[in-house]
Amino acid sequence: MAEHNDDIDKVSGTATTGHDWDGIKELNTPLPRWWIMTFYACIVWAFGYWVVYPAWPLISSNTTGLFGYSTRADVAVQLANLERIRGDKMVALGKAPLAEIEKDPALLALARARGKTVFGDNCAPCHGSGAAGAKGYPNLNDDDWLWGGTLDQIMQTIEFGARSGHAKAHEGAMLAFGRDGILKRPEIVTVANYVRSLSGLSTSAGYDAAAGGKIFADNCASCHGDAGRGNQELGAPNLTDKIWLYGSDEATLIETITNGRNGVMPAWSDRLDPSTIKALAVYVHSLGGGK
Amino acid sequence: MTLTMKQPVLPLDEQVEDYGPLYVSHKKVYPQSVRGTFRRIKWALMAFCLGVYYLLPFVRWNRGLGAPSQAVLVDLPNSRFYFFFIELWPQEVYYFTGLLIVAAITLFLMNALGGRIWCGYLCPQTVWTDLFYAVERLIEGDRRERMRKDAERGTMKLQRFAEITLKHSIWLMIAWWTGGAWVLYFNDAPTLVKQLVTFQAPMLAYIWIAILTATTYLLAGFMREQVCVYMCPWPRIQAALTDEWALNVTYKYDRGEKRTSLKKANELRALGETAGDCIDCYQCVAVCPTGIDIRDGAQLDCIQCGLCIDACDSVMKKIGREPRLIGYDNDINIHRRQAGKPPIFRAVRPRTVVYSALIAVVGAIMLYALMTRSLLDVNVLHDRNPVAVRLSDGSIRNAYTVRLLNKRGFDRVIAIDVDGPVNSTVHVVGADSVTQDRPMIVIGRDQTTELRILVTAPSELNPEKSIPIRFRVTDIGLGEAALATDHFVAP
Repeated sequence: MAEHNDDIDKVSGTATTGHDWDGIKELNTPLPRWWIMTFYACIVWAFGYWVVYPAWPLISSNTTGLFGYSTRADVAVQLANLERIRGDKMVALGKAPLAEIEKDPALLALARARGKTVFGDNCAPCHGSGAAGAKGYPNLNDDDWLWGGTLDQIMQTIEFGARSGHAKAHEGAMLAFGRDGILKRPEIVTVANYVRSLSGLSTSAGYDAAAGGKIFADNCASCHGDAGRGNQELGAPNLTDKIWLYGSDEATLIETITNGRNGVMPAWSDRLDPSTIKALAVYVHSLGGGK
Repeated sequence: MTLTMKQPVLPLDEQVEDYGPLYVSHKKVYPQSVRGTFRRIKWALMAFCLGVYYLLPFVRWNRGLGAPSQAVLVDLPNSRFYFFFIELWPQEVYYFTGLLIVAAITLFLMNALGGRIWCGYLCPQTVWTDLFYAVERLIEGDRRERMRKDAERGTMKLQRFAEITLKHSIWLMIAWWTGGAWVLYFNDAPTLVKQLVTFQAPMLAYIWIAILTATTYLLAGFMREQVCVYMCPWPRIQAALTDEWALNVTYKYDRGEKRTSLKKANELRALGETAGDCIDCYQCVAVCPTGIDIRDGAQLDCIQCGLCIDACDSVMKKIGREPRLIGYDNDINIHRRQAGKPPIFRAVRPRTVVYSALIAVVGAIMLYALMTRSLLDVNVLHDRNPVAVRLSDGSIRNAYTVRLLNKRGFDRVIAIDVDGPVNSTVHVVGADSVTQDRPMIVIGRDQTTELRILVTAPSELNPEKSIPIRFRVTDIGLGEAALATDHFVAP
């Protein structure tokens, strides 16, 4: 024992730290040598990290380390592995006729899982993560479809889009009846009220139903149909149901008729591979509104 | 603790602030062989524990075609745990919680009755260290020989070199077998053995065998008592658990002092002075696997293996004195004997009764839960985005993700009954059944199936607020049913 240490615990014979807390003293039991050697070895080992892993920030980047490890590369490897694991199944999905996928539980589960991920990455910004849509962006859960809700129609819309500029895109325009001077303001108000009456909504006082019907027949029926039930070939919505993409109040309808509505859906055939688009179509169809 | 303190040489100015040595060097322990009751118990328990560990993976259990036939199997890729007739799913890990509670209280009970039974007889560190010591003793000889050979390290002969090589080879083989047995619990044992031998087993198996070979070799061959003294928290916990009634390996100092040689003791007695039964032969220290002197009293380093009892008994027998100068005893009885009263041992006392009752209660709850657990289950998750959808005719639709679990070993036809809003219609996406009112689906054995179920309430019956909805699934063959509740809400 060192000469300073006259403070030896009588019971254990071990030196104390010399600290005294109301008569309670702490034994200064030494570590075993292997323990302290392990501790030093850990310090040496830690230096190894600096060398083999990215460690030191530089002005515009960082040291890459001898192993060349990066979390980003790790993710890329994992994604590649996932593609490899799913490979056969995705091929099977690509080959299966669209109508058969929902009948095969395994394919349906794969298509829904894949579709949900792809939807979140590509479609959610407009349609929402749950595909509930927003004003001007259709809710894909309901049974009202601008361009048709069968599997084939949904897939076609995803592939080529609407008014997307793609050669095969859905085309069809809601004219700006007011801005382009086709209809005058009072006529627009009248026909807006007529459209509201089609789905049983209230009309404003002094509204002339006959006049409204005539304006509708002359200007709107060519696309929306005589009864206002719409036309999916042209993306003309059904005006007699309870679902309104932009809103059903008089002011919104006047705005719609005055300036027109021409929402754009991009074409995805250039960005997503065919089996992914297939999965996406099955996913959207399975949300509940599919025909 | 008998440790040699080593004082590192420090510069003078640092010595002022010196608080003692930074470390103590390791003092090697050379336990001597011993015969007796506790040694026999230890051999038997060692054989039992190692036998169970090494051979259990090879025990078969028929679960039907296609299911694993291994009695005890942790099937990580498929997230299943098999234990004879029990098959557990990941969501049933709470059974392990119950098992751990029972295990902990059993240790408490053992401690209240007989001290560190776990440390001395059952702990893997003790069992493997004991085995490694047996190998060492067989090859290098007993305590004195080993000490002599270690002291002659500088002049190593060929025979000595052969001994050391042989010892480490056998140690490594035991360690390797230990690691090998470990991986067999995670895969079909006979198949994996074949793969391992032909070098076709997965890399992970070899890595785990290497890791466990290394830990077994290091912990049982080199670290030994250091694990118990420095690394393990259990001695500290057990020290806190012991009480005045618990039987611990004890030197019975009531059998007299001083401790001195047989001859001197006789001389002292002849002079009318007192002398103890202990003749200071140090046999208890020689056989101790942690190298302590039990006569110093209860101590952290004592794993209570009872080998000093055997050593002392053989000496007492030779000198014609009562055995059990060292034995399972407690302070209460030492004081009673000193006071001339007969010793009493009280196994039934509040502590042990409470521990036993807890074990019984937790065990019974687990058994009940296991016996009555449903082998068909249903979980329902209401769509959150959107919560509800209004359809073109004004009706309201809610969508639910429903997961069905079939924990039986055969395929089953499950009917789904939905009890929600009046006149609502139910549609299962992708699994249309002939009977639209009562969708039926098939679930493969030992599997789960996720369904998307759409419930639509007609517009004239639009619920104003959320109303409860119940999903009842029924195995149409067995009649087994499960129920889940949720809500149907309006937008």
